[in-house]
Amino acid sequence: MADTSYETVDTDVLVIGAGGAGMRGAIAAASAGARVLVLCKSLLGKAHTVMAEGGMAAALANVASLDSWEAHFADTMKGGKLINNWRMAQIHAQEAPERVLELERWGAVFDRTRDGRIHQRPFGAHTYPRLAHIGDRTGIELIRSLQDKLVHTDRIEVHMEVTVARLLTWEGRAAGALAYRRADGKLVVYTARAILLATGGAGRIYRVTSNSWECTGDGPTLAYEIGAELQDCEMVQFHPTGMVWPPGVRGILVTEGVRGEGGLLRNKDGERFMERYDHERMELSSRDVVARAINAEVVAGRGTPHGGAYLDITHKSPDYIRRKLPSMHEQFLKLAKVDITREPMEVAPTVHYFMGGVRVQPETGATNVPGLFAAGEVAGGLHGANRLGGNSLSDLLVFGKRAGDAAAECATDKPSPRVEHAQVERGIDRLLSPLSRPHGESPYKLQGELQDVCATYAPIIRDEPGLRQGLEKVLELTERAEQCGTGGPSGRKFNPGWHTAEDLRSMLINAEALFRCALERKESRGAHARSDYPRLDPRLAQVNMVVVRSEGGMSVRAVENDAIPYDLTEIISQSFTRYTPEEMS
Amino acid sequence: MATISNVDVRVFRGDAGGGEMVTYRVPVREGMVVLDAVLWIQANAAPDLAVRWNCKAAKCGSCSAEIDGFPRLMCKSPVSDYGTELTVRPMRAFPVIRDLVTDVSWNYEVNKRIPAFTPSEADMNDAEAWRMQQEDVDRIIEFRKCIECFLCQDVCHVLRNHDRKDAFYGPRFMIRIASLEMHPKDSLDRRALVKGEAGAGMCNITKCCTEVCPEHIKITDNGIIPLKERMDDLYFDPILWAARKVRGR
Repeated sequence: MADTSYETVDTDVLVIGAGGAGMRGAIAAASAGARVLVLCKSLLGKAHTVMAEGGMAAALANVASLDSWEAHFADTMKGGKLINNWRMAQIHAQEAPERVLELERWGAVFDRTRDGRIHQRPFGAHTYPRLAHIGDRTGIELIRSLQDKLVHTDRIEVHMEVTVARLLTWEGRAAGALAYRRADGKLVVYTARAILLATGGAGRIYRVTSNSWECTGDGPTLAYEIGAELQDCEMVQFHPTGMVWPPGVRGILVTEGVRGEGGLLRNKDGERFMERYDHERMELSSRDVVARAINAEVVAGRGTPHGGAYLDITHKSPDYIRRKLPSMHEQFLKLAKVDITREPMEVAPTVHYFMGGVRVQPETGATNVPGLFAAGEVAGGLHGANRLGGNSLSDLLVFGKRAGDAAAECATDKPSPRVEHAQVERGIDRLLSPLSRPHGESPYKLQGELQDVCATYAPIIRDEPGLRQGLEKVLELTERAEQCGTGGPSGRKFNPGWHTAEDLRSMLINAEALFRCALERKESRGAHARSDYPRLDPRLAQVNMVVVRSEGGMSVRAVENDAIPYDLTEIISQSFTRYTPEEMS
Repeated sequence: MATISNVDVRVFRGDAGGGEMVTYRVPVREGMVVLDAVLWIQANAAPDLAVRWNCKAAKCGSCSAEIDGFPRLMCKSPVSDYGTELTVRPMRAFPVIRDLVTDVSWNYEVNKRIPAFTPSEADMNDAEAWRMQQEDVDRIIEFRKCIECFLCQDVCHVLRNHDRKDAFYGPRFMIRIASLEMHPKDSLDRRALVKGEAGAGMCNITKCCTEVCPEHIKITDNGIIPLKERMDDLYFDPILWAARKVRGR
């Protein structure tokens, strides 16, 4: 008989996830007076935010005095091909500078300009140099600064290596979570007056990804299961430059900062091929355009020996490269035996970011489920159909804070939520079931199959037959996953087989949403490119694909976004940022 | 050069109560790192093999272990560096939870005891005060590269061989303190902490921590020694000592 006992822990605000958004949200909620409990799937400070390299976008105008929130807003909207939630894009552009300066007041260190201000580097599709950075390690700087602030903020407690298996509701509100501790496999039921989801993306549903093992889309799944809406799940960002060779490192991120610092893309014939795809912005075009360009070069037989493009920064002095791109230098030297100060890098697209996610209110991050909030990559809306580099770190800070504030306010004066035993028991049954199937299929095998399905049927360029087939295969895998085991032993103490079985469930729901949304969006827009609908459909310019859980399973409907107010439309149409030739055709 | 097709990986399997080394034969792919080999074992031979990892790009510091006895990040250690067999053990300075996973929570407790970054009240209200030159920040950028892999803590003999976690915070947190002390805008004085609870005096500068740091931070030369010097200025400078005697404080 399985041990179904659990501990209970009560708090005001439960923050799930301890990357940038979760930590910023926790600090905000605690500063507003709430008792906060932060759950992280890994150790504190290891969240995927540490992988962010290039910088955080904010119109500080330290390098280009002409920069303004309006310009940043217009870049974000055009980069996202206008399906962004315009209000989020506006708030983001307006508040990012304040959040960056605040982070500096909390001890973060940035590279400086000559006159001693925060330096800003150019990045793809940003009209002006806009990314506050420290070398190519901006993510870890952000994490460490927030972590230091967090552990010294009263009323915040952190539980490390705890995974949430399901959210609990009480009287129609999000009221708690069922979780397990990795170290000893014990179960914990958390009750809370408000819950902030900050679980990041679902990059692991692809094999070639820059994402860590944690990025299994837990947030969208947890939210979806209690009735929250998701949106734009078809919008998966392929970062143009991931490592290609050797195979062991395939997918590891090569920062856009390389191109920001002047790196050039060439095909095997030495041609700067971006000329043919976006002759104005060249290497610094938006990520969707550059990723498709590299893809097209490879398909046309002009790729490098290992199926990518060359990224060359050797025209800069070795000293400069080592100072501005230290971790890239180290990464290539160590993992690929390539000295980037003397040789070009070989790069190809890698799955990097999910623009879609839980559908939220722009001001507060509130979902349609009372008491449930979301911020960061797990939330959809800000980035539309394509995220600009650097907008993620500023997103975490701006909306992490806003959602944390709102969650604290929501938690105020709420009675202590109760736990419905039936819900908890159902959750525990399901959570523990793989442990009781010693001969069930291996979750590792199923996970591998899912990664192949996504890579094969939802690649950079998609089409209807492929998407249909992909969806079918995901549904088949979902059935098999319901009967999967742990791959072997059934101990609960730090058993990754069991953890993988649990993660697999989240991944499958994310994959299903991806295929269903991708089928619905019959056009090419941003990261979603279809060979059978190669053009933008202007009628879909304000439409989001919204995923809901219904009687018959998952359903998708097209929802018209609020019209962009006139003053903001003017800002967009008068901005310097141009559409790419491809989009204007 | 002949390519090796298989490698025998000996992995510690067990927990705090004990365990054994188990050998797994792993097919080698070009560019494979030790973490790939361990994850291959997990996916194909030992599904419950416990290991921590996250980014697989040497940026998060999760996959610390001892490979052939040397503390390293598994994601940064090519299998090809080791020939036909290698051993992987958990870090020895921390209690084993299971297999390659250790209980590193002590480090998080220590971190909490270090007073946070604290700018002066005046600076907080003056945007212009935050102008800093690149030279001013360059010095601490090195310390802020730390990814908290705790390999320096693992190799430090004060913690590893003598288990004096009660007397010394360890190299990681010397670096943490140095990054705060040398921050141009920090206003606190942590020298009493450095001498007292943090125990800088326990370090006898064997530089093993510097040797294992995957971020190549010169932990001893640039972090611990300058901290010791600051501490000495305050507590052990004979001229200042005499001056204090004369002045009566």
